[in-house]
Amino acid sequence: MIGRRYVVLGTAAAAVLPALAARPGLAQKKYGPGVTDTEIKIGQTMPYSGNASAYGVAGRAQAAYFRMINDAGGINGRKINFISLDDGYSPPKTVELARQLVERDQVLFLFYPLGTQTNTAIHKYMNQKKVPQLFVATGASKWGDPQHFPWTIGWAPDYHTEGLIYAKHILANHKDGKIAILRQNDDAGNDYLDGVKEGFGEEYSRLVIADATYEVTDPTVDSQILQLKNSGANIFIDITTPKFAAQAIKKAAEVGWKPIHYLVSIAASIGAVLRPAGFDNAKGLITAQYAKDVTDPRWANAPDVVEWRAFMDKWNPTANQMEGSNVTGYASAYTLVQVLKACGDDLTRENVMRQATSLKNLEVPLLLPGITISTSPTNYRPIRSVILARFEDEHWVPFGDLLTRGKD
Amino acid sequence: MELFIQQIVAGLTSGAIYACVALGLVMIYVSTDHINFAQGEMAMFATYLAWALIDAGVPYWGAFGATVLIAFVGGLFIQRVLLKPLETAPVLSLVVCFIALLSIFNALAGTIWSYTIKQFPSPFPPKDIFGDGLVSVQQLGVVAVTLIMLGILTVFFRYTTLGLAMRAAAQNAASARLMGVRVSWMLALGWGLAASIGGIAGMLVAPIVFLDPNMMTGILVYGFAGALVGGIANPIGAVAGGFIVGVLENLVGSYVIGNELKLTFALIVVVGVLLLKPAGLFGQVIVRRV
Amino acid sequence: MAALSKSWATKSGLPLTAILFWAAAALLPLAGSIWEDPSFDYYMFMGQSMLIYAIAVLGLNLLIGFNGQISLGHSAFFAIGAYTAAILMNFGGWPYWSTLPMAGVICFGAGFLFGFPALKLEGHYLALATFTLAIAVPQLLKYKAIAGWTGGVGGLLLEKPDPPWDLPLSADQWLYYVCLVTAMVMFWIVYNLLRGRSGRAMMAIRDHAMAAGTMGIDTALYKTVTFGISAGITGVAGALSAITIAFVAPDSFTLQLAISFLVGLVVGGMASLPGCLIGGVFIVLVQNSAQSISDWMKVSFSLRYDVPAWAIYGVLLLLLMYLLPTGLAGGAASLRGALARLTASGATPREPAVSPNQQKEPSR
Repeated sequence: MIGRRYVVLGTAAAAVLPALAARPGLAQKKYGPGVTDTEIKIGQTMPYSGNASAYGVAGRAQAAYFRMINDAGGINGRKINFISLDDGYSPPKTVELARQLVERDQVLFLFYPLGTQTNTAIHKYMNQKKVPQLFVATGASKWGDPQHFPWTIGWAPDYHTEGLIYAKHILANHKDGKIAILRQNDDAGNDYLDGVKEGFGEEYSRLVIADATYEVTDPTVDSQILQLKNSGANIFIDITTPKFAAQAIKKAAEVGWKPIHYLVSIAASIGAVLRPAGFDNAKGLITAQYAKDVTDPRWANAPDVVEWRAFMDKWNPTANQMEGSNVTGYASAYTLVQVLKACGDDLTRENVMRQATSLKNLEVPLLLPGITISTSPTNYRPIRSVILARFEDEHWVPFGDLLTRGKD
Repeated sequence: MELFIQQIVAGLTSGAIYACVALGLVMIYVSTDHINFAQGEMAMFATYLAWALIDAGVPYWGAFGATVLIAFVGGLFIQRVLLKPLETAPVLSLVVCFIALLSIFNALAGTIWSYTIKQFPSPFPPKDIFGDGLVSVQQLGVVAVTLIMLGILTVFFRYTTLGLAMRAAAQNAASARLMGVRVSWMLALGWGLAASIGGIAGMLVAPIVFLDPNMMTGILVYGFAGALVGGIANPIGAVAGGFIVGVLENLVGSYVIGNELKLTFALIVVVGVLLLKPAGLFGQVIVRRV
Repeated sequence: MAALSKSWATKSGLPLTAILFWAAAALLPLAGSIWEDPSFDYYMFMGQSMLIYAIAVLGLNLLIGFNGQISLGHSAFFAIGAYTAAILMNFGGWPYWSTLPMAGVICFGAGFLFGFPALKLEGHYLALATFTLAIAVPQLLKYKAIAGWTGGVGGLLLEKPDPPWDLPLSADQWLYYVCLVTAMVMFWIVYNLLRGRSGRAMMAIRDHAMAAGTMGIDTALYKTVTFGISAGITGVAGALSAITIAFVAPDSFTLQLAISFLVGLVVGGMASLPGCLIGGVFIVLVQNSAQSISDWMKVSFSLRYDVPAWAIYGVLLLLLMYLLPTGLAGGAASLRGALARLTASGATPREPAVSPNQQKEPSR
């Protein structure tokens, strides 16, 4: 017979025990390399010199973000020691630095290493060593492969998907159009093209009548624009980086070519591309967005943008606020901090990976409304959705539904 | 056929850019007997200085003039302070120096002004000549200014005493000294002028290609090719060479080998010219007596 | 004992310091087995990189330091060597060590061919031609017509080799030995080449080409062959780099790489074999140091902007040009010379040929 005393004790125990188990302080502290009671060591490789140094802006924004977090006490009492090294966009250097960070400096993981070729060089190594290659900063589609490479995960929507979305949109709305493509002769360009090809399927050779490339070392793309205009195409898929996008937009307008103009998201910044190109010339441009363009007047008073601006003014004052990498750097750093918070005191590499792959509809500042981050052990693509937008009256106006990449 | 003509015209307009840069290269070569690998970056840096002045409110022509002056002094300074100690050093040391300057200017520009492209204002009205957008007033302006600079330089070198002194200092410093020419200052003057020309070239080109730290790298290679084709010791030849390279690059890229091998084409041009006609199409062959 | 080993060394022509150096380098990996440091494999990897760059600089030194030509485009030969190794391993199934001689041969051919046009070019012109070569190479590597072989923009992934015969070495220790042995072979080849007639001919061409020609040296042949050998050596370094990094891509072989070789050469010391080793170490260490200096400057001087690493690199180069134009090896040699003069003044002074007093005193 269970006496009242036992019932009371039992109830009391039932009330107290879960609380005890939930308190992180009592959970077992498990540390991987680079972690102490007061510090979490994180590594990164970024191009701060050479041709791709424009992208180094993201690394600086992230370093500033972590300084801000540390100033507020860190994550669960631990400060972030962020070691970001310059690999000059050279794969051999990336290999060397990755090994230095992992083997000599004993970092917990690599965060947001940038570049397709550079990440490819360390891809196998990171997975062999079982070190998270977290939120890789490239749009290549091969990072979302949990089966073969469980330690590597991307962050931004990949270029392949974006190209596919443009192709599908064209098929749905301009079925008999004639298409011209301009692309940069590098990984990003190829990835976009593959997506476009997949989107068109068998129709590709019928629809795409002109395809021109350019190198980063070309002074202008004027010659290519002339070629494309002369092909008689009325749809233009513009796969360029900011400088060449501005030139292309301007030249197309100058020679009187007015196709339906799709511009890839990496070159769609209002402040960095469209203003130099000329707002009149950029009317009607279509792009796919996942993050807010902070130079767009419509977001000027959004709370996350206001907070971002305050952050930039205080913690990263020397950066140029028009550069899109400051936005993606901030948002990705925010994502990482949430992952680390979720780890609690279990800061092992396995747990970091586990937390990073169990995000459910995480709201991240500066992403467009409706776009959240979700991951799972079989879904290694944190951001799968984009919204198409058209450039009107000096800002991007989204239209249509949220377009989400299907299950792999 | 229409595309062909359009490509030629487009080639002439990019050729104008190369011609402008080639002029600066020739300037250095004629006055110092060196090939300045840092010419492009110096031009870019000068253009950024102009941009900074304009951004701070200085009117265009004021900034233009100030930049030309600052570039001149800068070029002078570089020669006097950095290069003079290496006057007797082997070629390789000088080449390393130029490469060092290249790295420094490029890195500094990127850090100070970031890598976002910037608009650079143009003194020419944004209209085009034939109405179909093929040739803008800006591009014609580049051609015009290049030709004017060319004219001034040719007259300077051929018909003035100072020009003669500079050429003498470059070709045979010892003899020139014996004739009373102050060789060191001639070299410095040459660098100053070349830096100014580079700055002007940058300011002409930036409105077309947009200003960013890596603006000049590709242009420099084609500028070299142009200067070599025309004759690196010959300003007129260099300008002509720039145009030729521009047109060829466009035509070859559009019709023959595709855009993906344009740099290889430039390489072939450079090597080919150096082999077959090292003095360039319009240059004079120099015979060295033993 | 010392006298014995010294005489053996001088007989084989090698200075004692060289032998000691190579021996120490060979024993280095074994220190790892004793000194259990988890990052030891990383140091082995760094050692591999230093040796690889030393070999590349050796090739360049042969051309520039000992033959008086110039090249800003050796990254092209490095790339050809790397891609040769990658393609043979990937598509031909060749074992990694066999790709080294093949890379050397193919790059020799490429260098020899480039040597012909180079004959007509001097100084700045040759610098210009090779500068253009360095810039054109990455674009060429991406060319889609050959992308089936080269992997195009994405490059080629390779397998990192394991030590054979179940040796108790880690993969990195084994590769270190592979690099070390290759370096020893390359240095041995160049050392012997330079000591013989060919070497003297090369250096004669460097010092006064016209006079050398009139003395009967076939300058054209020597120059093109030297270009070939120089390219071949750098190509072998490239192949090694493909094997140790296990990845080749066009962006690995840019103008920046060619500049690094040149810088390593100048810093180490032209026409100096030990200088090549110094150069190799410099290339690997300094870029990292430039960044550290940049960070230190930003913190110490509370700067608003970062000081970019490449600007520091450039300034370092300029300083070296003024203070140590003969490179670190040359500086060391001058130091040794100065020390020798200082110590020699303490020894017995040499008798002057004619003493002013002797003339006065007749012999007894």
